Amino acid sequence: MSLASLLRLALRALAINKLRSMLTMLGIIIGVGAVIVMVAVGAGAQAKVDEQIRALGSNLLLLTSGATTSGGVRMGFGSNLTLSEDDAAALNREMPEIVAAPALRGSAQVVWGNSNWSTIIFGVTPEYLDVRQWALAAGRVFEPSEMSGAGKVCLIGQSVARQLFGNADPLDQVIRIKRVPFTVIGVLEGKGQSLMGTDQDDLILMPISTARKRVLGGNIAKLRSVGTIWVKMGDAQDSKATEEQVRALLRQRHRLQPGQDDDFSLRNLSEVMAAQEASSRVLAILLAAVASVSLIVGGIGIMNIMLVSVTERTREIGLRMAVGARTRDILGQFLVEAVTLSLIGGLIGIAIGIGASLAIGSLAGWRILLSPESILLAAAFAFAIGVFFGFYPARKAARLNPVEALRFE
Amino acid sequence: MGPSGSGKSTFMNMLGCLDRPSAGEYVLGERRVSDLEPDELAVVRNQKIGFVFQSFNLLARTSALENVALPLVYAGVGTRERNQRALAMLDTVGLAHRADHQPAQLSGGEQQRVAIARALVTRPLLILADEPTGALDSRTSLEIMALFQSLNREGMTIVLVTHEADVARFARRVLRFLDGELVEDTEVRTPDDAAAMLAGQSASARTAAQATESQAGSAAS
Ligand SMILES: Nc1ncnc2c1ncn2[C@@H]1O[C@H](COP(=O)(O)OP(=O)(O)OP(=O)(O)O)[C@@H](O)[C@H]1O
Ligand SMILES: [Mg+2]
Repeated sequence: MSLASLLRLALRALAINKLRSMLTMLGIIIGVGAVIVMVAVGAGAQAKVDEQIRALGSNLLLLTSGATTSGGVRMGFGSNLTLSEDDAAALNREMPEIVAAPALRGSAQVVWGNSNWSTIIFGVTPEYLDVRQWALAAGRVFEPSEMSGAGKVCLIGQSVARQLFGNADPLDQVIRIKRVPFTVIGVLEGKGQSLMGTDQDDLILMPISTARKRVLGGNIAKLRSVGTIWVKMGDAQDSKATEEQVRALLRQRHRLQPGQDDDFSLRNLSEVMAAQEASSRVLAILLAAVASVSLIVGGIGIMNIMLVSVTERTREIGLRMAVGARTRDILGQFLVEAVTLSLIGGLIGIAIGIGASLAIGSLAGWRILLSPESILLAAAFAFAIGVFFGFYPARKAARLNPVEALRFE
Repeated sequence: MGPSGSGKSTFMNMLGCLDRPSAGEYVLGERRVSDLEPDELAVVRNQKIGFVFQSFNLLARTSALENVALPLVYAGVGTRERNQRALAMLDTVGLAHRADHQPAQLSGGEQQRVAIARALVTRPLLILADEPTGALDSRTSLEIMALFQSLNREGMTIVLVTHEADVARFARRVLRFLDGELVEDTEVRTPDDAAAMLAGQSASARTAAQATESQAGSAAS
């Protein structure tokens, strides 16, 4: 028998017991729906993490002043700025393959016209934008003269622009940071929330010399010390080796003896992100387990109903055999029926899964990602379940003895 | 013929290649079929044998036409030719006008005629009918036997199992079974003619009906 006529036969047989067929499909519908939602939500979360890792820049090292390694006693080092602009300059000089960008951090009240806003100030070098892979939405970066001459210019983040200027154009406007007038020369592109949930657009960048002399003030004005140095390692580099070279160079510059603890901390941010990625993968595996359990339960339901159907239709099977149906004809008939059942369930499940994913996306505000691959995968799953759980009942039908089948009451 | 349990159906199943003999051989149309594989037997059944059952065994919720065409499906005949041949066969048994009806919409006699059309549709060597009139009233039985006789006259071999002498008298040869053994084999030179009896019956029925009608008429006047 041709596949088309087997399919027609299966649809007719399933239509006879509509409610029973629907109930049997339910397990597959739920299972496939869950797979679709799981993949959509999982892939969405994954895409978000990936994007943030990419936004952070690949192979990024974060050096911070003060040791974090030796517990409570040395906590005081946090305020003691052990890193300096000269360390960053030395890193750039000694290791040409990396880019080191020092940053000085503080907070300040910013005023423009009637509006004011409290935000975070970063004193940076032009490399900073490169290292963090931050782009400008408008304007320009600092010029060398502004760097050396402590120019009163700044770049503002999207949140600051919105808070201070609303819809007005911030470019070339003069804002007051701790009462010092600054010209806004550029606006950074929006970066959204970080993985930790902080607003990455709520900040102002200015030349590090300006920040030191005019805004952050205090004792750091006299020194060249900084709180953090960001280091961008090239993409193709062995990050572990580079990390150790950076550590060695700084220890040497800080004249630390072997055995003495670092007076700075060094973190590889890609690794931090990778850990977060791994935890989201665990969640996906958990969901996959739930989905596969419901698919298996659905498959058992199909097997059960197909066994009932084979018993109910024993005489039909006997008659078909009497008029010339071969083993494979009967096997095909019942296998196609089981697969049709699971595939229809699968298609309904896909439709419901897509609907549920979109609903979750808009209600919970989660990022979802529906890929054709996941839909194909779900359909393939449904197909495989139909074949797997339909085979035994179909084989049972095909192996019936025609004489006994015809006599069956 | 033979009493219950004497082995009539068993013999029939063997003839029909549904069952295989534990000893001996069976040659059907010059082919030794007693030791073929199940799937080979299925092909033999499909091409050489037509079955008619006591309980009709039509597929429910399936039109008469599709029921008749079923053996052709397994013979690999295309849809168009299948339907043409099935319709022609329904016409032979006088049911072309019922082609779209489902078994539940047909009387017992009509269902059995559909089943006979299904048995005939592959132009088999022989038709095996196991108590085909067992579920029918006597008049319908007569109609079915008339159909079998006319097929037989056209050259179709028909093997029919029955308990009733009333049915057996239409056969040209009668085999008797007892305790699993064939005990008697008689040729009947002049079997009764079912069609003629049917005609006679309806003639007398008509007279009877006319008689009641005229009686009613006279009562009214
Ligand atoms: N020659 C035989 N060899 C082996 N088993 C036999 C033989 N004849 C009869 N039997 C057995 O006897 C039982 C009844 O036989 P069967 O069904 O053929 O009887 P039947 O004549 O068709 O009876 P009924 O009139 O009730 O339909 C079966 O189980 C069958 O296996
Ligand atoms: Mg019998």
